[in-house]
Amino acid sequence: MKTNIIKNILFISALAFLFSCGQAGDRGGNGALSSNIAEKVYVAPGERDEQYAFLSGGYSGNLTVYGLPSGRLFKEIPVFSQFPTSGYGYSEETKPMLNTSFGFIPWDDLHHPDISQTNGELDGRWIFANGNNTPRIARISLTTFETEEIIEVPNSAGNHSSSFITENTEYVVAGTRFSVPVPQKDMPISEYKANFKGALTFIAVDQEHGHMDIKFQLLMPGFNYDLSHPGRGKSHGWFFFSTYNTEEANSLLEVNASQNDKDFIAAINWKKIEEYVNNGGGTKMPAKFAHNVYDESTHTATSTMKNEVLTVNPVDVPGAIYFLPTPKSPHGCDVDPNGEYIIGSGKLSANITVHSFDKMLAAIDAEKFDGDAYGIPILNYDDVLAGSVQSGGLGPLHTEFDGKGNAYTTFFISSEVVKWKLGTWEVVDRKPTYYSVGHLMIPGGNSRKPHGKYLVAMNKITKDRYLPTGPEMEHSAQIYDISGEKMELLYDFPTHGEPHYAAGCDAELLVNNSKKIYRIDENNHPYAIKSPAEARVERDGKEVHIYMSTIRSHFTPDNIEGIKVGDKVYFHITNHEQDFDVPHGFSMIGQRTSEILVMPGQTKTSLWEPERVGVWPFYCTDFCSALHQEMQGYIRVSPANSNIELSYTLDGDDI
Amino acid sequence: MNRVLSITLIAALFIITACGGGGGKSKIDQIKEQSKMEATEAESNVPASERITLDNKGVGPIKDLPLSETIDQEMVERGKTLFSTNCSACHKIDKRFIGPSPKGIMKRRSPEWIMNMILDPQLMVEQDRCAKDLLVEFNGAAMANQNMTEEQARDILEYFRTL
Repeated sequence: MKTNIIKNILFISALAFLFSCGQAGDRGGNGALSSNIAEKVYVAPGERDEQYAFLSGGYSGNLTVYGLPSGRLFKEIPVFSQFPTSGYGYSEETKPMLNTSFGFIPWDDLHHPDISQTNGELDGRWIFANGNNTPRIARISLTTFETEEIIEVPNSAGNHSSSFITENTEYVVAGTRFSVPVPQKDMPISEYKANFKGALTFIAVDQEHGHMDIKFQLLMPGFNYDLSHPGRGKSHGWFFFSTYNTEEANSLLEVNASQNDKDFIAAINWKKIEEYVNNGGGTKMPAKFAHNVYDESTHTATSTMKNEVLTVNPVDVPGAIYFLPTPKSPHGCDVDPNGEYIIGSGKLSANITVHSFDKMLAAIDAEKFDGDAYGIPILNYDDVLAGSVQSGGLGPLHTEFDGKGNAYTTFFISSEVVKWKLGTWEVVDRKPTYYSVGHLMIPGGNSRKPHGKYLVAMNKITKDRYLPTGPEMEHSAQIYDISGEKMELLYDFPTHGEPHYAAGCDAELLVNNSKKIYRIDENNHPYAIKSPAEARVERDGKEVHIYMSTIRSHFTPDNIEGIKVGDKVYFHITNHEQDFDVPHGFSMIGQRTSEILVMPGQTKTSLWEPERVGVWPFYCTDFCSALHQEMQGYIRVSPANSNIELSYTLDGDDI
Repeated sequence: MNRVLSITLIAALFIITACGGGGGKSKIDQIKEQSKMEATEAESNVPASERITLDNKGVGPIKDLPLSETIDQEMVERGKTLFSTNCSACHKIDKRFIGPSPKGIMKRRSPEWIMNMILDPQLMVEQDRCAKDLLVEFNGAAMANQNMTEEQARDILEYFRTL
């Protein structure tokens, strides 16, 4: 009892000292207080995080936005999946975003986000992401944080070594994981070998608007192209892809694709191929793929079906493509900030293989080849090897950099992050992850200038980290402080879906460009109304168009009669608010779609096909003001053969 | 034991809170000023929408706004359009609606008050007695900030002069 009292007194005194006026809480100091880990991730109410982190949502199809170091979730950006929260993929304007050559696809598996760059540094214009399943690349605006464009990638399957960008955002690159017949045809699976192809697609990015267009597709041998990264600095102009299944197995890959001691990293001189193509090289080939573009001024997406793609046969551009032997089915393929080292993580290996760009060029110059694969020269492993990290871990996957000469590699099997020195290959530190880490992300880590303060490890297995929620749990992530010699585990937070990779940047890169409202006078939506006085209802056969306005807290009009069973009713809703963070929502009873959320100054359209006679209410779904519960209206639905005239009112008056 | 704890706890609390100080007015001073301000505006039974408060310039960016004798027709036209796009969902010329009609507003409110109400309705409702009473009179329907520039608000004011 007595010891308890003393303990309590000591504890409280310590607390008092902590919070007292002294300047002892200096964050960078070495005093005992600086070891207070909680303080490092604590972002006080009303304060903001230092950095943005964009985590892929994996099979959620979406991209999530977090703050670092707090790990707080700010937004889920719908990209490849329908999203009832905002109406993305449900509203008439956004349905075309999910169109493909296979038709409307409400979902995909979003993998690798990458922020646009200028001169090898993050510029905060856009973030790109790949849909893995039905191959697509998306571009998301970093001013509106909305998906603006999606382009389908033909001849690809399992769009996994994507969507990485070159250092001036000249190209966003998309490589196929599964090789397939190109063009697709009916043939025996057993004839895979030498017949299937792996398409690596270079998509040009228009610098003003970010619009994407397939420049060329390289039809590579039928391996699995797993991950890729651009060269930077001196290796700018090259792109590196890891491969596995150079055995070209078509069944039980678990065993049959692990036979070769070494697979390859493919080094591709894209500038050379670009030149070849610009001079008329390549073969045009019929290929159907969708190109979907969202226009911010009309608030509307359009989908265009394309019919042709330019393909390049690797042997037609000699000197552009080489294979670098890399042990044990390499997964991650990462390039250091100086562009010299290409890191291949043999996922079944204990060690990390590092190739040298300079040595590669020297070997190419000396024409020291160890044979070829389908006409593509293979370099000697020893000629290109810079070094090997004897990690002591097992199952290396991905590597990021801190810009201070260190690399950090995740180890899936041994559940850890290992810090090592570029050049000396010595292991400096290792910290466990919880559990089975896949990707890791250092903001700016995939650029010439990483912001090496925090590292986020994204895990595949959660198990006991959080309160249990049945068999299915969100994946765990951990934040480490990497500003010192040793890594320090700071925080642990659940993510959404399954994050494969992430991209991050300093907050100031985006904060001032983040849009607050859409200006109503710049709204060019064909069904927008610039003033509530223009609100109206028009019938065109069985189609009814309702031009509706919202402002706190009423709809104009809010009483509509003359709608009939069997009509197709389009609600075109313009939000006349011009203040930050005042969206209005809309939903209609019995509507076979989601609500829509309309941002200030925006117009969105929701379709309703009334099936029953009656008087049916609609309401605002977003708590918009103290009188939000009053924001509602009624629609009278009459039998299909009724003679009731269209009418629409607000407060009993015609509009 | 409880007593010992309480004493240390109180002492600790004292240390924690004692360090405040620094710049700015104390909370007590602020409350005093607020009540003084409110006391000068006589309590009135007249509804806020019918009160004449021409001497009150309100709170916000506009401190002093002399009006010329003549009305600028170009400004009126622009103001009318802006009013239609940004204000007419809640303000009708010929009737009381979500908010009051702007008809005759120049006889009740100062130009500065009107501009401040358009430009920063939230601050007005927090600090201006008349704006506060209007909010209550109009069922708590807070006026929306439509992010108007001073020039745009001035055009709307010119339009109000013609009503």
